[in-house]
This record gives sequence, C-alpha cells and structure tokens, in this order.
Amino acid sequence: MAELIVISTLNGVLFGMLLFLLSSGLTVIFSMMGVLNFAHASFYMLGAFFGYQLTRWIGFWPALVLAPLLVGAVGMAVERYGLRNTHKHGHVAELLLTFGLAFAIEEIVSMIWGKSPVDYRVPAVLDFPAFTIFSTNYPAYKIFMLVVSVVIFIALLVTLKRTRVGLIVQAALTHPSMVGHLGHNVGRVFMLVFGVGSALAGLAGVIAGPSLVTQSDMAALLGPILFVVIVFGGLGSLPGAFIASLLIGLIQTFAVALNGSLASVFGPLDPSLGPSPLTDIWNVTIAQIAPILPYLLLVLVLIFRPMGLLGTRES
Amino acid sequence: MTNAPTPSLAAAKQEPGSALGFYGVWLLAAIALIVLPLIFSSGGSLTSFCLIGIAIIFALSYNILLGQTGLLSFGHAVQYGLGGFLAVHVMNAVASHNWPIPLPVIPLVGGIGGMAFALLVGWVMTKRAGTVFAMISLGIGELVASSSLILRSVFGGESGITTDRTSLMPMFGWTFGPQIQVYYLIAFWVLVSAIAMYALTRTPLGRICNAVRDNPERVEFIGYDPHVVRYLAYMFAGFFAGIAGGLTAINFEIANSAYLGATQSGLVLFSAFIGGTAYFFGPILGAILVTYLQLGLTSVTSVWQLYFGVIFIGIVMFAPGGIAGILMKHRPLIRAGTLGTVIPSYLVAAIPTLAFALGIILTIETVARFSGGDVINLLGIPFVATAPTTWAAAAVLVVGGFLVARITWRRVAEAWDRAATVARDRGYLA
Repeated sequence: MAELIVISTLNGVLFGMLLFLLSSGLTVIFSMMGVLNFAHASFYMLGAFFGYQLTRWIGFWPALVLAPLLVGAVGMAVERYGLRNTHKHGHVAELLLTFGLAFAIEEIVSMIWGKSPVDYRVPAVLDFPAFTIFSTNYPAYKIFMLVVSVVIFIALLVTLKRTRVGLIVQAALTHPSMVGHLGHNVGRVFMLVFGVGSALAGLAGVIAGPSLVTQSDMAALLGPILFVVIVFGGLGSLPGAFIASLLIGLIQTFAVALNGSLASVFGPLDPSLGPSPLTDIWNVTIAQIAPILPYLLLVLVLIFRPMGLLGTRES
Repeated sequence: MTNAPTPSLAAAKQEPGSALGFYGVWLLAAIALIVLPLIFSSGGSLTSFCLIGIAIIFALSYNILLGQTGLLSFGHAVQYGLGGFLAVHVMNAVASHNWPIPLPVIPLVGGIGGMAFALLVGWVMTKRAGTVFAMISLGIGELVASSSLILRSVFGGESGITTDRTSLMPMFGWTFGPQIQVYYLIAFWVLVSAIAMYALTRTPLGRICNAVRDNPERVEFIGYDPHVVRYLAYMFAGFFAGIAGGLTAINFEIANSAYLGATQSGLVLFSAFIGGTAYFFGPILGAILVTYLQLGLTSVTSVWQLYFGVIFIGIVMFAPGGIAGILMKHRPLIRAGTLGTVIPSYLVAAIPTLAFALGIILTIETVARFSGGDVINLLGIPFVATAPTTWAAAAVLVVGGFLVARITWRRVAEAWDRAATVARDRGYLA
C-alpha cells in the first residue's frame, strides 16, 4: 500500500505538472482574449509529433528546443492570421475557429503520421532507472519530465511577476487600451503571449510523447480534461489552474491505480438479480471510472461553486 | 429611416397574399418530400434521403440553442443518442409485450427521452450562457459518452443494442420493413418537426429566446428570467434532437455509444454553422450539404474529414453567416435590381478562387497519398503524388490563386458597395 501511495503520488504530481504546462498557457490566453482555445491540446499533440520527427532527424536534445519553437510559430500564425481577423465576428466565431482548427490539426496529423501510435522513444541517455523504491524501478526520464516542468513553472512565475515584460503582459490582460496608449504594441503582445502559450503546450508534448503514447487522438483525449482543469480552477486564475492541475493529476493517477469496486467492498450481489444498471455499477472498478472522474468533478464544481476554486468572475 | 423596416416588422405588416406564400412553402416541401423517392428511386439515394432527413431535424434542433438562444453546445449528441437508446428499448419492450403501439409513434418516445435528460441536467447547465455553458456541455457530453461504456446493461457496451422495426404492430398495412416505408416515416417526421420548430420561433417564447441571446440583462429588466428561458430552449432542443435519435434508431435498427459521442456533436455543430445559424432554413442547407459530402467524399478521398474542417474554418473566417447568410445578403440587391452589376465581378473572382481551392485539394491529396504513391485524379487530369511537377503545380495554384483572388475579391467588394448604395437609395437596404 505504501508503495502504491508513493509511486502514485510521484506519477500524479508529474501528470499534474504536465497538465499545468498546458493549462497555464490556456488560462493566460483565456484572460487575454476571453476565448477558450480549443486547439490548445492540438498544439500539445503537434509538439509531440514534431518532437518525434525532429528526434529522428537531428536527435532528442535539439528537438527539445526546436519543436516547441516551431509550435510557438504555428500558434503565432494562428493568432495573427486567424483569430485576429475573426475577432470582429464575436467570441462564438473565435471559439468555433479554434474548434475547427483542433479538428483539422487532428486530421492533418493522422494524414501525415497515420492513426496508430508512432515509435517515439525515451532518449538513451535518460533510459535508466533513477532509483528503486519498494522493488519498483522509477525511470529517470520521469524525473527529467518533472524537473523540466518545475523549471518552466518557476521561470514562468518569475517572468510574469518580476520582469518588465511580465508587467506589460499583466497590464495588457486587464487594460489593453491603456497599455496601447502608453506606446506598447498590444497586438504584438497578444501574439507573443499566444505563441509562448502554444510553445509551452508544444514543450509538454515533446517531453510527454516518449512517456505517454504519441498518437493522433492524444489531443482529443487530453483536451476535455484540460478544460475541466481550467474551469475547475476558475477561469482566468493561474493559481487556480495550478491547484486544479495537481488535484486532477493526482485523482486520475490514484483512480487508475486502485482496483476496488463496490463488489469487492460489500461482496458480490445476488446472482439471481440478473444484469441491470445496479450490477454494472456494483462491479465497476475505480480504475474503470477514472476517465469520467474529471467530468464528474466538473459538474459538481459548477453546481456548488460556479466560479471555480479560485475564480472571481461568474462567466 | 422609415423605409428601413426590421425583419420582424416586415413580417408583421404582411400583405394578404403572403400568407399563401408562407403556407405554399410548406406545401411545396411536403410535395417535394413525397415526390423525391419517385424521381430518385435507387436504393442508394433512398438511404441518403433518410440520413439527410434525420440530419435536418438534428441540425434544426441544434439551432434552437445556437442560432435562436445563443447557446453554443458541444454535447448536443447526448440528447440525440439517449433518444435513440430509449427508442430502441421501447421498441424491444413493445415487441416483446405485443403492445398496440405502431412504429410511427416511436420517434416521439425518442423525443421524450431527449427532453427528459434535458429536464434533468438542463437546470444546472443553463445557469450561465457563453463559455461556461459550452464547457459544461462538453463535460456532460464526455461524462455520458464514457458512462455509456460502463453501464453495459443499458447501452450494450461497444456493440450497442439492436432491435427489429418490423416486429411492431403494422400501421395501414405497412410493416416498415422496406426502406421506402421508412423514408416516408422519416419524411413525415421531418415535416412535422420542421413546422413545429418554425412555429416555436414565432411564439413569445421563441422571441424571448432571441432577446436572451442578444441581451440577457434587458430581458431581466422586462421581467423574464434568462435562466428559465434558456432552460426551456434547452428542453425543446433536447426534444427534437431525441426525435432525430429515435428516427436513427428506426433507420439503422441499432443504437450504440457512437451516437452519444463527440464526433456526432461536432458534426451537428458543423451542419448548423456551415448552413447558417441566423436563418431558420440555414441548418437545413447545412445538414443537406454536410450529409451529402459525408456520403460522397468518403468514396473519393480518405481524408474527407479534413475537408470538413477546412470548409468549416473557411466559413467561420470569411462568412460567419454561413450559406444562408451569403444567400440572404443578396436579397436586397435582387429586390433593388442591382444584382446584375455585381455578377461580372463574381465571375472574374471565381476563376482564381477555384484555382486556389484546387491547389488546396491537390496539396492535401499529395500529402495524403505521398507514401502510398497513388495517382490523384483531379478534373480528369492524373497527378502523381511523388512527382515534383505535382508539388510545383500545387504550389503555383495555391500561391498564385491566393494572390490573384485577393485582388479580384477587392473588386467584388467595390462592385458590391456600389450596388448596395443604389439599393439603399431605392430603399431596399437598411
């Protein structure tokens, strides 16, 4: 049991930090434009596939730097030529544009790399067990992922809170026209923030790709969970996104690791009852309901605390 | 200013003859639905008509939310799918108990199923509109779609639940075994649902829905609760989506978890938006086009879904009113008689635009078939995906087409402005 708790906590924190790499960008982009970027998980997927392709061509370490930059460039192009032109048609059109993009990116990726998982491997340098804990080998690559996400997290925090650029970005989020009057190019700030957000998603993809499965449906699988994270944490709240990311990462990881069901706790139902929804619920294991836990959480939060954990505004 | 009536005022001040025109449209639609299978009687086209009919009801029900109440839902297939599942279960129950319930009533059961679910979750979901509604609809959609795989006894797991539509009591001697009888059943429900949904837009509730979409705060000031209005709209949308789901269950004699999924929700959003959400008939056009493309493109290209995405992005960026919006934009010009001055510039713009579109198609197909090395057959000209000449042709078409099209569309805009000015002078354009 102790083994399960330690390993699941490590994995959960790791998954949570990955989620935060994505949700931080998504949250900032939301505060900036008032629009949820449906394509954000697609940028994560693009990062993984670019990372895979560049790793095959030039090796993992250059890919680790180049792939996020490429994804960031794609993101900036989307903001500059897509969203900025759509802005005049309203928020629904902007949201739908990103929805269409997410759809198209998934199709493009499966067109180029196929629908089955690609062979994106952990680099040989990091392919060894970092330490052994209760007979389980913990891979060094996961520690590397954790370190990268923590470093990015700290860098992001310092940039936003302690530098001039961060100051301008924060001001542009709330008072774009005032920042414009002070002589800053707000359009370019938005484009850069969008690019950095996309690049962070891309980075998450590059480092998560070898550890998780790199496949054309990875965006569709992660996207909804990402939205749960930022609605749960409170739309537009970075600390909220951080807490929600860790929480959902831990919940998901622990749920997958647990195998209990109502039947294992209270004993099996009388078999004479026959199959019914009750027997389905009775026999389902916690691991099986892990995929729906985030959505249950979302519904509960929206019922009891509609603004999310740390959110301030109602919509 | 006085010669610029808003659409609703214009509708109120109808001249006596227009009532005939109004009922005439529905009469024509009914006749068209009856005659269609007599003209196109092949099995394939009959199947397509059935799918298109169902898609029309589904897209119209979606537009109650998006177009009329301003609620962007990413989980509309939930009501559709649950309606389908309830219909299948009721059909099986009716067949096993020999209840005297004929098949044509079953879609109503589906509708009630969709509405019941909307009744259950709608109150919480419609608390707020906008992004939060979009997110929670996505969340509920995922929740139900994932749960359907857990509750195997109700949803039949991966394989779904089957039924037999002929096992129910025959009506007027019809057993609904042959596809043509199912077609007329679907056609009947398409007409009834379309009329009902159109009537709904004309009721005070329909009008208040529009007001909630445009300015919920003012609606509160005149004494309505936007939350209640959204809830009601959500239930009606669920009802008609359930009817569509019930018809699908009858058509395919199966209900499975794919009915509830995100793909289905995405398709209905595409249909409604591509057709145009601002007009009642928009989603009808969209449903016809999307279903037709879905059926037609699958045999031509392996990446047909990408074309959907591209068309959708194009509509969102350049014509957010959809096809109906584009058509209706021309109405004042036609009435003012100035459309003729715009058409030449359209014809000029069409050539580079077409070249650009062909370039995009060639690019997509080249990428899609690169590894297979298949030949692309575009307008009768064979292109080899691995040949550099094909890449060059695609690049020239895309870049050249884009640059020339940009100039010609600027011309269109100028011609349009002139025509619109004349139309405005003649009092046909606000």
